[in-house]
Order: sequence, then C-alpha cells, then structure tokens
Amino acid sequence: MVTTSPTYGSAGPAVAPRSFLSKLRNGDEIARLVTFVFAMTVVLLTVLLVYQLWINSALPRHKFGLHFFTTSVWDPVMDEFGALPFIYGTLVTSAVALFLAVPLGIGAAIFLAELAPQRISDTLQFFIDLLAAVPSVIYGVLGVFIVVPLMRTVIYPLINKPLGFLPIFKGPSYGVGFLTAGIVLAIMVIPYIISVSREVLLSVPRDQREAALALGATRWESTWKVVVPFAKTGIMGSIFLALARALGETMAVTMVVGNTPKIAASLFAPGYSIAAVIANEFTEATGPLYTQSLIALGLVLFLLTFVLNGLARILILVTTQKGSGVTR
Amino acid sequence: MKRFTGLLVAGLALVAVVWAADSLLINGAGATFPNPIYTKWFSEYHKKDPKIEFNYQSVGSGAGIKQVTDGTVDFGASDGPMNDEQLKAYQDKHGFPILHFPTVLGAVVPTYNVPGLSGALNFTPEALAGIYLGKITKWNDPIIAGANKGVNLPANDIIVIHRSDGSGTTYVFTDYLSKVSDEWKSKVSKNTSVNWPVGLGGKGNEGVTGLIKQTPNSIGYVELIYAAQNNIPYGAVKNKTGVFVKADLKGVSAAAAGMAKDMPADFRVSITDPLGKDAYPICSFTWLLIPQKISDSAKRDSIKGFLKWMLADGQGYAEQLDYAKLPKEVVEKESKAINSVQ
Repeated sequence: MVTTSPTYGSAGPAVAPRSFLSKLRNGDEIARLVTFVFAMTVVLLTVLLVYQLWINSALPRHKFGLHFFTTSVWDPVMDEFGALPFIYGTLVTSAVALFLAVPLGIGAAIFLAELAPQRISDTLQFFIDLLAAVPSVIYGVLGVFIVVPLMRTVIYPLINKPLGFLPIFKGPSYGVGFLTAGIVLAIMVIPYIISVSREVLLSVPRDQREAALALGATRWESTWKVVVPFAKTGIMGSIFLALARALGETMAVTMVVGNTPKIAASLFAPGYSIAAVIANEFTEATGPLYTQSLIALGLVLFLLTFVLNGLARILILVTTQKGSGVTR
Repeated sequence: MKRFTGLLVAGLALVAVVWAADSLLINGAGATFPNPIYTKWFSEYHKKDPKIEFNYQSVGSGAGIKQVTDGTVDFGASDGPMNDEQLKAYQDKHGFPILHFPTVLGAVVPTYNVPGLSGALNFTPEALAGIYLGKITKWNDPIIAGANKGVNLPANDIIVIHRSDGSGTTYVFTDYLSKVSDEWKSKVSKNTSVNWPVGLGGKGNEGVTGLIKQTPNSIGYVELIYAAQNNIPYGAVKNKTGVFVKADLKGVSAAAAGMAKDMPADFRVSITDPLGKDAYPICSFTWLLIPQKISDSAKRDSIKGFLKWMLADGQGYAEQLDYAKLPKEVVEKESKAINSVQ
C-alpha cells in the first residue's frame, strides 16, 4: 500500500531536506511513533502476561517443582496438584480435532477456491464465516444434545465392534470423552481452516495455473501439484490457527469432555483439559496453593501454545526451503 | 440535534451525580447459590430505604472470602463457613475478626436416570457413599435394592456424575459423605472440589442435569432449588433416625431446628446428618460474612439495619424462591449477634 503512492510525499511544501520537525508536521513521524507504540503493546502485553503468570505461580513451583508436570493427582483437599492429566487431555483433544478437521477443511477449501463456480463459492463462504462467528458455548450445547447421544448410540458401536481390540478404541463409552470433545472441536475449527486456506489458494497467481495447464496438466493436476504446494505456507498457517483455537477452547470442551482428570489410552474415556479445569475451579479455589496451581496451569497452557507455535514456524521454514521456494 | 443530545447527556450525568451523592453504595461478593434471594432482598430493601444501594456480585464463595479478606468489598458471602486458617488470615490482616450470619438454608438432592423406573428411589447413606467411592457399581446392588423393596432395579453399571466446577453444592454433599462414611472422610474428605474416586464432571447444576439426562443409568446431585424449579425428579435419603425423607423446605428447616440447640456462638456449623425424624440430612446454611468493625458509621448502620430486616421481613421472601427459612431459635440468636458489629 505504501509503495503505490510514490508521488504523495513530494506533493507537500517541504520537499528538499525533510527535517524531523517537518516530518512531524506532515504526520509521517507521528504516525510512525504512534503505530510503533501500538505495535509494542503486543510485546508488552505478552511479557506482562508471562510475568504475572510466573510470579503468581511461585508456590506450586517451589513445592512441586518439575513433578508438577509428571504427577497426575489433583486433590484440592490434600493440596496435591499435578498437571499431567490436563496436559494430556489438551493435547489429545486438539490432536483428534486436527486429525478430523485438516483433511476436511483443506478439501473444502480446494473445492471452493479452485473447482466451484464463483457464485457457489461465495455463498458457501458466507456460511463458513457465519459458522466461525458462532459462540463456542453454542457448539458446547450442540455437543451435549447431539454429539453425546450420537456417540453413545451410533459412533461407539460402529467403531468399537470392529476396532475395539485397539487400545485407543477400548472400553465403554459414556457419551462424553476425548473423542467427543475432539469432534466438537473439529466442527469449531473447520471454518477457520476453510476460510484461511481458501483465501490463500485464491491468492495464488494465475500464471502458475496457466503454466501448469499449458504443460498439459489436467485441472486436478494443476490444483494438486502446483497450486496447493504454492499455497502450502498459508495452509499451514490456517492449521496452526486452528490448533491454537483448539488448545485454548474452554466452554465447548468442558461441556463434553467429561471433566475427569485421568489419563486413559481410550479415546472413549472421559478426560479433562487445562483451559476447562481453570474455568471450572478458579472461582471457588480456596487457599493460596490451590489458586496458584491453577495459575501455574495457565502458564503451562501458554508454554504449550508457545512451543507448538515455535515448532510450527520451524516446520514452515524447513518445508519452504526444501519445497516450492515460496516466500512472503 | 447534536446539541440536544449533548444537553441530554449533560442532564443525565447531572442526575447520576446527584443521585449517587444521595445514596450509599454497599458492595458485596460471594456465593452464587443464594444469589436469587439476595438480589430480591437487596432490591426490596432499596425500595424500603432508597438511600441504600447494595451491589452484590455472585462470583463464588471462594472469591467472596478472598475479596472480603482483601478488603475490596464491604461484605462477603459463602456457602461453606470460613475455616480457621481463613479466619486467622482475616484477623491478621485487619486486626479484628469477621462474623458469620446465616441467611437461608439450601439442600442437595440425589437425582438419577434409570430407564424404566417410575417413582422416587430411596438412598441410604451407605448406598450414596458406596456409589461415590466406586464400590457399588451396579444398580441392583443389595445395598441399593435393600432400601427399595419391590422396585425392579436393572443390573446395569452405575455412571456417577458430580460437579466439575468448585461449588458450595459439592461442599455440602462431600461434608455429608464425610460424616456418614469414615472411608470417604479419610480418602476424599470435604471441599468445594475434591479428588473424586469415580465419575464424570458436569459444569454447574445445569451441566450435571444435562449429563444425567443424556446418560442412562447415571446418578448425580443438584441443589434442591434447582431440582424444584426445573421439575427434576430426585430420591429420598435416610436420615440419622432411620426415616427416608424426600427433601422439601420443611425437612430442611427441621434439620436446622434440630441443630439449633448446638449452634456455636460464631454460627459456623455444619448441619448435615442432623437429628430429628423429619429432618432432611443433606443441607446447609449459607452465610453472610460481615467484618466486626466497620469504620464508616453510615455503612455500619445500613448493614446492621439490613441484617435486622433480613431476619424479620426478609425471611418472608425465602419460601417463594424455594429457600428454607431460618428456624426461630437461630433468628433470635442472630438478632443478638448483630449488636457485636461495631
């Protein structure tokens, strides 16, 4: 946007040596300063957030140390707190969500961007934006009243009968659990994946497609072998946006995950997630160690998001170096 | 048009300033369970004395105790009495104690979803403790069946449901189980949230109810007021004298009356598992937490005035909102205690 108006700056009266003052008068410098301060608030907020989480979780850090991450007892009466079941639940539900949402979301995005007529694509996009704007508690209610009974009566028998010998599909189903939470999360993040991936695919230059077609590729070959790899970075971005949403989702998860701090291999078993336990127990947490353990969980969630985001960046760097050479 | 809007805004601001200067705002925070009746009381009292405005935030008992201890609100409210440690923390910080004033009573009822069953089930204390400890796992277990002669109980697994959020309801329920079962007391004990041996968690009364409705063969516990207002069927519980009582407001007041004689001076008493043949065993007071010294004399007089009104006229609003009234003995004792607020 800046580069498209080269004549704009020279149109003003102070052309020759642009002193700081004249720049200030022009507004350039003010704009720069103000926007710089605004940009810095993001950094400041992050630092403050971590600082507050850190100093307000001193008690469990001193009492439990690294055991906080490796023990799975959560007992407010005995003042024993371990984060493992919550970390496990957060990761498992998010993984299930991505496993379901990524192929579906990207497939839908490819159809909308490449194959569908313009009008259908735009109409569907409207619905997708609508879905993305639905508050999470609505998804939670849908989860409780539709996915939970469906899980017990249809999905569980369907999967458990043929695949029940696998540890991840063993055991009884209560309707609520890791898989149910994963499905609800998947429904919630699909609109993000579709929406962002579609935009990215649409922004792939026409030449790329035309070149592929000119070389004799079919429509699908040009889409799958040229357009999608070209948009890979952006699609990855959409997946990590979805992951961030899934990791931090609170309301919908707590309504369908079963809220049981246990680690179980079976996806049908009930579990718990970090965001859910904080929302559930914080208001009535009695005693400093209990409260601070919940804050420590908040810090863990922050670190988890941070690490996963970092890994995502590295992944993107590595794949773009080897791959199509797309840079931003 | 613009000018008119400006005038209007200025006028409104002026009204707000005048109105604020004339009224006294008293801030409180705490338990969610008595929120409906507190809201009713505060609005009725405001009608009676328009100068006094109460602002109550139902942020939860734990947060209420924390805020009144920090001194950010004028009074707190809690579903469970403050423990000795919390009292000491308050005393250390302020140099004077905080007082408990019971306001109304609530009860917790067992609710369940057993397909093909009509009529209320009877629960013994052993059955409830056994189910929540994970020792009784089938609906046709002799301990449950023994109390329900003639009821055709299925041989299905019991799915146990509890609250996932910290709550006074859980405190009362686990307090009761701690009294009737030594094993529960040593293994789990009582708190606003505990380390449950078995079961699934639902958020809030509505979360527990939702899970029970969705899950055949499940059992859970909710507040009596919630069950009553939403027509949720619930079971009877055997009290200390061996009578099965289905919770209602009379049974809850009877429980409080049964314990009134042993009421300690600071009103911090658990009335679960009381004596008395009409008494429903899983119930509790809910308390207002009032600092013993209030330096602002206008605030002190208003709070004392409100407490007196609450014990007299205020109690009349309790039953229409499904709360049980305080028994006479407790009202008398509290009326005297109000004078110790200085």
